[in-house]
Amino acid sequence: MINLLIIITLLALFITLYRFLKGPTLSDRIVSFDVLSIISISLFIILALYFQRAIYIDIALVIGLIGFIGSTIFGRYIEKGI
Amino acid sequence: MFEYLGFLFIFFGVMAFVVSAIGLIRMPDVYTRMHVGTKSTTIGTILVIIGACFIEPSWSFKLLLLAAFILLTNPLSSSVIARATHSDGLTLDRDELKEQK
Repeated sequence: MINLLIIITLLALFITLYRFLKGPTLSDRIVSFDVLSIISISLFIILALYFQRAIYIDIALVIGLIGFIGSTIFGRYIEKGI
Repeated sequence: MFEYLGFLFIFFGVMAFVVSAIGLIRMPDVYTRMHVGTKSTTIGTILVIIGACFIEPSWSFKLLLLAAFILLTNPLSSSVIARATHSDGLTLDRDELKEQK
């Protein structure tokens, strides 16, 4: 049952990756990057249930932190430049 | 019993991700893509975390910490991106308020 959930999550990840590679403006790519980081948080939670290891939730926390910092810094880069 | 309830919650959360990804393809400009991409992924992540709490109750402290972190940071980052996009000069694809004047 949990294999099916992993496959559906990977499907959503690849559809978002299409917009990330194609997106016409920089803002499209940053929005896609935000969505990609959040989907990978949930993918790591499902993988923690699949492998029965609690250490993967820590990886999800670190991905959330780095994704938030990344999208904030790119937003500031569009607004004012570094 | 609780395991199947948890799988049901995770399934709804994952379907929210698929809807969000399809909307990210189909929406016409940046602001509508941002609307789709941040709201539905927030509810999807919260549903996945609730389902994981049902399946493994001993992990629930870390999972609820992650849920609180996402509820705090996800609207903040989308607000920063929207403000930066507006100051960059991108406009809506079709502005009905301007067409009415």
